[in-house]
Amino acid sequence: MQLTEKHREYWRKNLRITSILLAIWFVVTFVVSWFARELNAIEIIGPLGFYMGAQGSLIVYVLIIWYYARYMNNLDQEYGVHEGEDD
Amino acid sequence: MATAAQSNKAFFNQLKRYYTFYTGGFIAFIVFVGILEMMGVPNKVLGYMFLFATILLYAGIGFMSKTAEVSEYYVAGRRVPALFNGMATGADWMSAASFIGMAGTLYLTGYDGLAFVMGWTGGYCLVALFLAPYLRKFGQFTIPDFLGARYGGNIPRLIGVLAAIICSFTYVIAQIYGVGLITSRFTGLEFGIGVFVGLAGILVCSFLGGMKAVTWTQVAQYIILIVAYMIPVVWLSVKHTGNPIPQISAYVSALPKVTALEKEFNDKSTPKGAAEESVRAIFRERAAAADAKLKALEAGGPAFLAEEKKKLEDALAAAKSAEPADAKAVEAAEKALKDFPADAAAAKKKWTADKSAAAAKAAPVKAHAEAFAAKDEQARAVAKKNFLALIFCLMVGTAALPHILMRFYTTPSVKEARRSVFWSLFFIFLLYFTAPALAVLVKYEVYHNLVGSAFAQLPAWVSNWAAVDKTLMAITDINKDGIVQLAEITIGGDLVVLATPEIAGLPYVISGLVAAGGLAAALSTADGLLLTIANALSHDVYYKMIDPNAPTVRRLAVSKGLLLVVAVVAAYVTSLKPGDILFLVGAAFSLAASAFFPSLVLGVFWKRANKLGAIVGMLVGLGICMYYMYNTYPFFGVNAPLWWDINPISAGIFGIPAGFIGVIVGSLISPAPSKEIQELVDHVRYPNLEGDIDTKAA
Repeated sequence: MQLTEKHREYWRKNLRITSILLAIWFVVTFVVSWFARELNAIEIIGPLGFYMGAQGSLIVYVLIIWYYARYMNNLDQEYGVHEGEDD
Repeated sequence: MATAAQSNKAFFNQLKRYYTFYTGGFIAFIVFVGILEMMGVPNKVLGYMFLFATILLYAGIGFMSKTAEVSEYYVAGRRVPALFNGMATGADWMSAASFIGMAGTLYLTGYDGLAFVMGWTGGYCLVALFLAPYLRKFGQFTIPDFLGARYGGNIPRLIGVLAAIICSFTYVIAQIYGVGLITSRFTGLEFGIGVFVGLAGILVCSFLGGMKAVTWTQVAQYIILIVAYMIPVVWLSVKHTGNPIPQISAYVSALPKVTALEKEFNDKSTPKGAAEESVRAIFRERAAAADAKLKALEAGGPAFLAEEKKKLEDALAAAKSAEPADAKAVEAAEKALKDFPADAAAAKKKWTADKSAAAAKAAPVKAHAEAFAAKDEQARAVAKKNFLALIFCLMVGTAALPHILMRFYTTPSVKEARRSVFWSLFFIFLLYFTAPALAVLVKYEVYHNLVGSAFAQLPAWVSNWAAVDKTLMAITDINKDGIVQLAEITIGGDLVVLATPEIAGLPYVISGLVAAGGLAAALSTADGLLLTIANALSHDVYYKMIDPNAPTVRRLAVSKGLLLVVAVVAAYVTSLKPGDILFLVGAAFSLAASAFFPSLVLGVFWKRANKLGAIVGMLVGLGICMYYMYNTYPFFGVNAPLWWDINPISAGIFGIPAGFIGVIVGSLISPAPSKEIQELVDHVRYPNLEGDIDTKAA
């Protein structure tokens, strides 16, 4: 089994999207919580800091996973590493 | 391959039809029980109906899914579509603590409780990005399987088995405890008997059909638990705000009112604030009295204790000889004497607890939305640090608990595995983003309707629950003004979910439904955990290490036998009631995170990681985590000083980095892994490679 340049590019793209999504995850979780007291001064749907912890960040998590699944399933097709079975 | 795709599609449609029928049938059952209630059937009978109907249902599904095939027993035949695997994972994931306890924790702690909400959802990002697709491609049966194949040899596998058992067992105790609590509360059975009834419910689903039966039962359980959670909350939201979407109405209309009431309670110049202040003054006196007794005990020792006891005896004698005789006063004096601590140590413990309880009641109301509330800047910084550390441990732990990761072996393909993480989090999200809203709505009910009402006319739900269980609801007129003040109410966290149907004015049938939902949550998680432990022992230890030539029949027999043994041991340990549930759950996450996460992730993302690295990493991670818990958790009695003020529940914050360093250092000081293993890494990284090796197990 020899990996081609195309395979390596697939893996690099995977690592790139993984890092980007991980960075979003980190900001939404830790940076936002760090400034929760400050964000509570802003009222959007309730105080923003509280809202992000109770709902906002959760919505972002669901979107992160949705986007990753979609992006990677397309990438598999594009780089010809998708599985034979398809629904 | 078109035929396989077609058969998957047909299977998916068949499942959709089954579960649509099932949901319809379940709703018809609720309506039927509701009609019985209107006809005057007593509540206790309705409670039994829910309990036995649902357990019978799970047993039925378990029986229909009985199997003698290894791949069906361990991974449900690898044909669970993403959507259904998502529901099963949701039920597997959401335990009694999530279903019953979460909203209560949020009610009591406000913002600070959100660490659990974020931690238990955000972890799925790590599952999706780092583990699920790769484990699915690897395609065997257990998590130690991956460690064994990736790092070679039996030692990594064995450490994996040990770690899987330690964290799953800690977690399963908490679940069986929840099962016992719910069955005993809703049927009046004793706790010990409740545990075994629940256990029977757990075993009927997993025993006959292993993962296949557990999967299809968990889907059924998810549907029950989400229906049971949503109905009362939506109703409550409509009642309070006229808006049927609690996740919006709670923040838009209820929270601002709660915040305004909090300010009023803390402002002595308003009538409500002044009334609160009069109660707080009494609690301050009580705290001071308890403090004075503690100081006198320190100075006077046993002599002071005897003196205090004498006073109570005199009071009792005086009450008995009083004219006219007052039976209530005699009873109170007898009770006071009976509750008097036996020795100096017990007295110190009791009075310290009295003091802190009274001091807490004397303090102003904490604002619900305020983050990291504490007395000064320094204490706030500590609270913030612990909040973030807890989130981190819960998230990484989520991405390392074997019973969750195992579920991603059951999808038909890598593509479906990725989608199934999305469905999993989506279904979990439905409950988790409702819980904080429920907490706010119930708080509004208590602050707005209960506070200020007359003791003579308490709402029915308050008097009912106060009569059932004092730890859930206690209410006393401390300042004798006949009006309820906030400081006069003591609420146990579990009350929030349990009492919501009554607060919303729904019939008892919905309370029964909530109990059935809680039971479904606890049973489904316990199922997944017991199966993980039994599989680790039967598949990894017996089949892979002791007798690799064992015939299928014997493998399954050993597996089922072990399942029984593990279940009974777990139920026995639970009946001893060890420790605090929330701590057990938290500990399981920190342990799993420290032991598994570094070796699993580096196993996929770093080809250079090798056997020595995995061994060192897992042992060091687990070791540091356990060492810190042992030294700092009060249960073990060592009480060493905390490291950087981090609470023992977040021990993983030290264990996880230690695990990563362990893997990296261990790998770099020993030779790179063989070419075969590097090929295995490529194999798991690409869903499909030409000339690929095959690691799939039958």
